[in-house]
Amino acid sequence: MNDMPKFDRRSFLVGVAAAGGGLSLGFNTFGSDALAAEATPEVNAWVVVKPDDSVVIRVVRPDMGQGSLTGLSQLVAEELECDWNKVSTEYPTPGQNLARKRVWGAMNSTGSQAIRQSQEYVRKGGAAARMMLMQAAANEWKVPVEELAVSKGVITHKKSGKKTTYGKVAEAAAKLEPPKDIKLKSPKDWTIAGKSPKRFDTRNKVTGKHMFGIDTKLPGMLVASVRDCPVNGGKVKSFDASKVEGMRGVKKVVAVGETGVAVVADTFWNAKQACYALPIEWDVGSNGNVSSASIAEFLKEGLTAEKAFIGNKQGDAPAAIAGAARKIEATYSYPFQNHACMEPMNATALWTENECKVWAPTQNAEAALAEVIATSGLPAPKCDVIKTELGGGFGRRGRTDFVRQAVQIAKQMPGTPIKLIWTREEDMTHCSYHPITQCKMSAGLDDKGNVTGIHMRISGQSIIASLMPERLENGMDGATFQGLSEKSPEGAFGYNIPNILIDHAMRNTHLTAGFWRGVNANHNAIYVESFIDELAHATKTDPLEFRRKLLKPKQFAVINAAAQKAGYGKPLPKGHFHGLSSMHTFGSYVAACAEVSVENGQVRIHRIVGATNPGHAVHPGMIERQVAGSFVYGLSALFYGECTVKNGAVEQTNFDSYNVIRMDEMPKVDVIVMPDFEFWGGVGEPTISAAAPAVLNAIFAATGKRIRNFPLMNQSLA
Amino acid sequence: MATLNINGKAFQVDVDPRTPLLWVIRDSIGLTGTKYGCGIAQCGCCTVHIEGVATRSCSVPVSSAQGKKITTIEGLANGDVLSKVQKAWVDNEVPQCGYCQSGMVMAVSALLKTTPKPTDEEINSSITNICRCGTYQQVRDAIHAAAKA
Repeated sequence: MNDMPKFDRRSFLVGVAAAGGGLSLGFNTFGSDALAAEATPEVNAWVVVKPDDSVVIRVVRPDMGQGSLTGLSQLVAEELECDWNKVSTEYPTPGQNLARKRVWGAMNSTGSQAIRQSQEYVRKGGAAARMMLMQAAANEWKVPVEELAVSKGVITHKKSGKKTTYGKVAEAAAKLEPPKDIKLKSPKDWTIAGKSPKRFDTRNKVTGKHMFGIDTKLPGMLVASVRDCPVNGGKVKSFDASKVEGMRGVKKVVAVGETGVAVVADTFWNAKQACYALPIEWDVGSNGNVSSASIAEFLKEGLTAEKAFIGNKQGDAPAAIAGAARKIEATYSYPFQNHACMEPMNATALWTENECKVWAPTQNAEAALAEVIATSGLPAPKCDVIKTELGGGFGRRGRTDFVRQAVQIAKQMPGTPIKLIWTREEDMTHCSYHPITQCKMSAGLDDKGNVTGIHMRISGQSIIASLMPERLENGMDGATFQGLSEKSPEGAFGYNIPNILIDHAMRNTHLTAGFWRGVNANHNAIYVESFIDELAHATKTDPLEFRRKLLKPKQFAVINAAAQKAGYGKPLPKGHFHGLSSMHTFGSYVAACAEVSVENGQVRIHRIVGATNPGHAVHPGMIERQVAGSFVYGLSALFYGECTVKNGAVEQTNFDSYNVIRMDEMPKVDVIVMPDFEFWGGVGEPTISAAAPAVLNAIFAATGKRIRNFPLMNQSLA
Repeated sequence: MATLNINGKAFQVDVDPRTPLLWVIRDSIGLTGTKYGCGIAQCGCCTVHIEGVATRSCSVPVSSAQGKKITTIEGLANGDVLSKVQKAWVDNEVPQCGYCQSGMVMAVSALLKTTPKPTDEEINSSITNICRCGTYQQVRDAIHAAAKA
């Protein structure tokens, strides 16, 4: 989500930054992480040019595979006018950012905002550096800067024939005042951005050298395995360390807050063996009675509850529906799901009385630093976080629970670096899950089949209430209405219907809800786009034509593009059917057209055409890959994604009980990237929402069966 | 004490013989290119070659790998020269986060030894590794590219 609410701790950080003029001294202890600037003076915070003309671009938004490292560098390099082949990158730490009064701005990659939320200031950073480098050359030659030209880092003065390079003037440029008036290029004139250069990090990913958090190695390091209470809200009653202290490799058994216990050993395997042999008595508390059935009942009540938060209201939908010639209703539900990042949660912490340093695969290094400061008991200048590479993130790594645990353990072993690794089982059962919801859709049709009113009642969990309740607005979670309201972050309800009511009966469960790639748009799209398809069929109208009448222009443009490329309306192989969907979310317009067959109850997706208008396309090649990949994520959720609850605990523990799509189920994906240069939208998440409803609508076309409860593996299509 | 032959080198390790080969490779020998994903041979992140056969090392006790020729992702390239599968991965820009790709590359390298020109169906039945970023389309393209190389 666009304005993913700031963590309360971040305000605290900002406060610290504003108060601490001399903080930079504190970071000298971390000499091994010195930025390139410490050897070569930086031109500005974003750009270092070395004497050999190589350029180091600073990037602070984590790249967890989505390509933001390359994309943000393209934007800086575009304005810098440097030689792309001489660019490398580095990540400042949140401690360095804090010490420099957050010169690099926000450091989170969440809500598909890494590029769109920082594009302006990183481009300005590149442009300012270019202006300073050119001014330095102009000063040296004593000519007006307007007479100079630059290309690929080579500055020329045509009149005199003089030539120099960025590397030669960088030191002088670093001493100049930064320019105030910075004009950016029109994106239509881009030569580096808007293209698809090779990303920086591929080779290390195929040779085993890409260093993920789990690969952290430090001298004298030990490894920890943790078990937190299987029931959220419960705690440890007691544990008997003596039973495992003599086991191979075991160094220490420690409590982790009130809710967990960890074993520290020489290797992960030895730590895990002892941790799972350790007798622990849990106090699961009242949540021990919760089950999937009790949660479903709780949510069902919300579908007809009188009180609900209103996210979108135009006209009087209930009256319009009550007075309609025809009334259509349908009830849907969507389960809890786990992100299941390939790299299980982990973090490495080193705590001494003087400093605390953490190496972590985090999507939000500043939130991780705030957690380290809060947990370590040390002042901010004595703490820092080194962002490692991330084995997937999908929203899960915006949280800091694993960072907190690593520090809690390390604090009990001062001076010894502790690498905490969750087992897959711990990861599966201690997630911040995709929120669980149910939804009742109602619509009124007049005697000509026009939709006169629509009422969408969502009942279920709020992510904001789970993770940052201080951001609720009079109790309401605006993010729930993602893609449904002009007021919700960057995604409006796409249909022109005279009477609209979209409301939310908040029903929070004991499981933590979290930002799960695509977030609330995932289920909102299924509810809206399935129901719109139901209305089209109820009025015997072609689903594309039905949408043509009702959809706002930008949203219709993407669904129409996907439909046309897929050959919608033209003859298909026998038994194949098309389904459509579209959504406006994360600021982007996305659509999908799925081609599906159903034989003996088995669904096969033959092809999906995705279309996206993200406003600007910085790296079209990576956008295509993000769309294809996000379809896999969304379809895994549709077919298999479900976490069920028994006795308060999540039942799925590993990929044998929480399946995902593999090669054999991967459809062919074609992607249309159609930026209109009128806004900046996100890429990594929005298209997920279009995948599932397109497939569901194709399944209906193929079978006449409308699936309204998920995942599909629980439903019969035979 | 177990003796392991990994990437052409001999390593002596003092571990419980039931320790999974994965954790010996990662923690005792320090080759971290081989990844932990599930521990139950479901995801394939930990795939190595044992006598040329793609094997999920999380579910092989180190005792049964003794004396056998083991290859990890670090042993696939010849110095700086990438194997043809690695090269196809780079040319097709397969990886997103990259965490599963060591296992993918190892699984595909073994497949192409026994099946030099795999069909899509053969790929589907042989390559069952999980990629949560969803790079399967690029994986397939790169397999076909490597088969042609």
